[in-house]
Amino acid sequence: MTDTARYTRADFQTDQEVRWCPGCGDYTILASVQNFLAELDVPRENHVFISGIGCSSRFPYYMNTYGMHSIHGRAPAIASGVAAANPDLHVWVITGDGDALSIGGNHLIHALRRNINITILLFNNQIYGLTKGQYSPTSEVGKRTKTSPMGSIDWPFNPVSLALGAEASFVARTIDMDRAHTAEILTAAYEHEGAAFIEIYQNCNVFNDKAFIELTGRETRDANRIYLEHGKPIVFGKEDEKGVVVGPDGAQVVDVADVGIDRIQVHDAKAPEPAVAFALSRLSVGPHGPTPLGIFRDVSRPTYERQLADQIVQAQDRQGPGDLDQLVRSLGTWTVE
Amino acid sequence: MSEETTADTRPEPEPIDNVVIRFAGDSGDGMQLAGTRFTASSALFGNDLATFPNFPAEIRAPAGTLAGVSAFQVHIADWDILTPGDSPDCLVAMNPAALKANIGDVVKGGLVIVNSDAFDERNLHKAGYETNPLEDGSLESYHLLTAPMEQLTKEAVQGTGVKGREVLRSKNFFALGLMSWMYQRPLDPVIDWIDQKFGDSPVAAANTAALKAGYNYGLTTEAFHHTYSVAPATLPAGEYTNITGNQSLAWGLVAASQASGLPLFYGSYPITPASSILEALARLRNFGVRTFQAEDEIAGIGTSVGAAFAGHLAATGTSGPGLALKSEALSLALMAELPLIVVDVQRGGPSTGLPTKVEQSDLLFAMYGRHGEAPLPVIAAATPSDAFEVAIEAARIALKYMTPVILLSDGYIANSSEPWKLPDLSRLPDLTVDYAEGPNQGESFLPYLRDPETLARPWAVPGTPGLEHRLGGLEKQDGTGNVSYDPMNHEHMTILREEKIARIADDIAPVEVFGDEDAELLVLGWGSTFGAIRAGVNRARKREAKVAHVHLRHINPFPANLGEVLARFETVLIPELNRGQLSRLIRARYLVDTISQSKVQGQPFKAAEIAMKIMQLLDGKDEQR
Repeated sequence: MTDTARYTRADFQTDQEVRWCPGCGDYTILASVQNFLAELDVPRENHVFISGIGCSSRFPYYMNTYGMHSIHGRAPAIASGVAAANPDLHVWVITGDGDALSIGGNHLIHALRRNINITILLFNNQIYGLTKGQYSPTSEVGKRTKTSPMGSIDWPFNPVSLALGAEASFVARTIDMDRAHTAEILTAAYEHEGAAFIEIYQNCNVFNDKAFIELTGRETRDANRIYLEHGKPIVFGKEDEKGVVVGPDGAQVVDVADVGIDRIQVHDAKAPEPAVAFALSRLSVGPHGPTPLGIFRDVSRPTYERQLADQIVQAQDRQGPGDLDQLVRSLGTWTVE
Repeated sequence: MSEETTADTRPEPEPIDNVVIRFAGDSGDGMQLAGTRFTASSALFGNDLATFPNFPAEIRAPAGTLAGVSAFQVHIADWDILTPGDSPDCLVAMNPAALKANIGDVVKGGLVIVNSDAFDERNLHKAGYETNPLEDGSLESYHLLTAPMEQLTKEAVQGTGVKGREVLRSKNFFALGLMSWMYQRPLDPVIDWIDQKFGDSPVAAANTAALKAGYNYGLTTEAFHHTYSVAPATLPAGEYTNITGNQSLAWGLVAASQASGLPLFYGSYPITPASSILEALARLRNFGVRTFQAEDEIAGIGTSVGAAFAGHLAATGTSGPGLALKSEALSLALMAELPLIVVDVQRGGPSTGLPTKVEQSDLLFAMYGRHGEAPLPVIAAATPSDAFEVAIEAARIALKYMTPVILLSDGYIANSSEPWKLPDLSRLPDLTVDYAEGPNQGESFLPYLRDPETLARPWAVPGTPGLEHRLGGLEKQDGTGNVSYDPMNHEHMTILREEKIARIADDIAPVEVFGDEDAELLVLGWGSTFGAIRAGVNRARKREAKVAHVHLRHINPFPANLGEVLARFETVLIPELNRGQLSRLIRARYLVDTISQSKVQGQPFKAAEIAMKIMQLLDGKDEQR
């Protein structure tokens, strides 16, 4: 490479008109991803974006890479096929809370447990946007929507808890408005070998505006954003006056002054067991009040497609490359003169 | 008494030109194994053969009950046979339930060999017998032979080291030994197989001992002295192997992978009777085969769609219920115009239906089971060995026309076996594919710019610089592939997709008429009914009937000459293991007043059923439509 970067953001934009609603959080995420890819020294043709159905799933049309806008919920399965077929590609899954957690829940958890090398960006806006405002599997209990006029009685998923339970090797959360943090998380997820899961809180300003206001509002955000940093005590607030302790009953927010900095949990994203990460994921419901953002878990485990490729090499070492003549004779033959 | 004097009292084996033998017992009795080994010996001996395993869906149904009976039928002959036989000439029944479930099929005067040890009060009761059929005279129209197989097996395996319940596990080998004696099959191939399978172990020793004991019991027991011999068949010269349909289909996919130079990807979810394709391919990693056991049927096809996008020869396999689940993704592959082979090994339906039994009832589902206007090529295997060629043909069409192809097999083809004359593998068709490598219109790359002849779009594989593009399920603008809601474009694209499939008709073999070109009656078939139809037609022709047979490999599109061929015959009979699905397609397409012969009993047609229908039609006795 020369000293000038290979790409600019424009190289990752397509000629297609972006058709999200004005003010949608998806624009910010699109810009974050395009900027991130422009900074990477990776050929554009090696990125593949696979999406399902929903507002967020239009994303591949706006990315000048290889891509597929597939069918509802199935993006992790299709992406798994791409990744297993060609481990040299970087495969991204763009999905939403309905796409990934409702109709496609099965594919999501199995892609995570297999640790197939795909990077999943789940745009969580806690509502069905494309179908115009029905409650989603992450909508809060009691939410009144067109399909829940008396309030939703569905208990919601916590996507980070779900991913941790599904044996994911990389689990993170960020928020559309915080582009610097999004870039940081994208970098770590990209570098992670295996399935990486990022929940992105994304504002739907038409059907579910201000769902994340406690994390984005000028007045409240400092008090509510808990940035997880590996190897550092989990503290937050304007003056880092608040902290998190983890005990047998789970994670709890405390005043650092009350317990002393030594009792504050030091974040370990590399912990082999996901128990503490899970406890951290339970700190906030809604999200209301202090909510962890950042990398909950980042551990190393063999990836599916590398193991598959290794098995092929092993089999060829042991049996030689496939010989069709031998194969059709492998069950025994006889000759008729 | 010396060996020689014993030999003198035994008559020479009676030469017969063919025999149908059915091994029947509890599903845990090892009858499939006994039948398979008997078949292998016969194959090595040079007979022509066809087999038909028939087993319950339950792995271990309650012992001794009718529901738990598992059977394996093999037809061996010294001539070229087409079916596993209509009715057994010989039944081996390991218990009362096996006898009861199968005796009705045995030809009158046929040989019935039973394990008399199993005919105690408890087993008789479980099978629903009020009196012992071995003693009450109810079997007097058969040639009944009994042997205390369990007692004799126990004695035979003494000293081999097997204990407890393992002792009686060898009784299937006793039965196999006895049958090897009766039909003069060599034991060596079985002993070699036992050694290979079980190594130097007590189980190997016990199985071999039981096998020999069965053989020797026949040799020394006067009742069993009337034996039979079936001479080797005069098959075309060549090297043969005995193959089941799922095995040959798996190998056909591998052959297509080699012929195309593309790695094979097979995403699938286990389902009866398709699972053994996944199993067979999983063993072939050294061929570069990537099998992916998916979390469900949808992911089975989803991963394959992804692999096709990535440039692999992609396939998925399933049975009816799974095809239903794959329907949405199949439409995506159609819209994205990606090559994909979808194998449907049909079974009795609807719903869970009859998982281990044969039916051809997914034909209309394969034709029309998608939302929107969604035509796809549909082809069908006719016999176990034909599945090899059909798999290659499916790949050829998929790659050349950039389309998913549905390949229909069924439970009968999947599990039955026949001798397969090994093809000349140096003469596989050239399926080489040219991926797109650069712009195809000026400086631009248009992912939906079509080949003017085939209407196929270019296949640009991720990783290729400069050809970045987006596929998707939304309607495409012709050429650019961009999303388009333009009404005229949608109609244009719908017709283009239809036309692309229709044009395949000019690129497939025309149908060939077998039999009497000047006949009034044509029997038209597809899929696994081939053997029964051909044998039925042959029988009718031996009785001086004039009749012709056409068997379809390609069902969508139909071969170009089919309409003209149909028009040459006054009557068209279509036997199918469904309620007349091909018949409806033919009526709709060609306005031919077809006669449907339908069977939905989970069993294949018998040649006699086809022959009888032909004779009825020709005698004008049957006006039933």
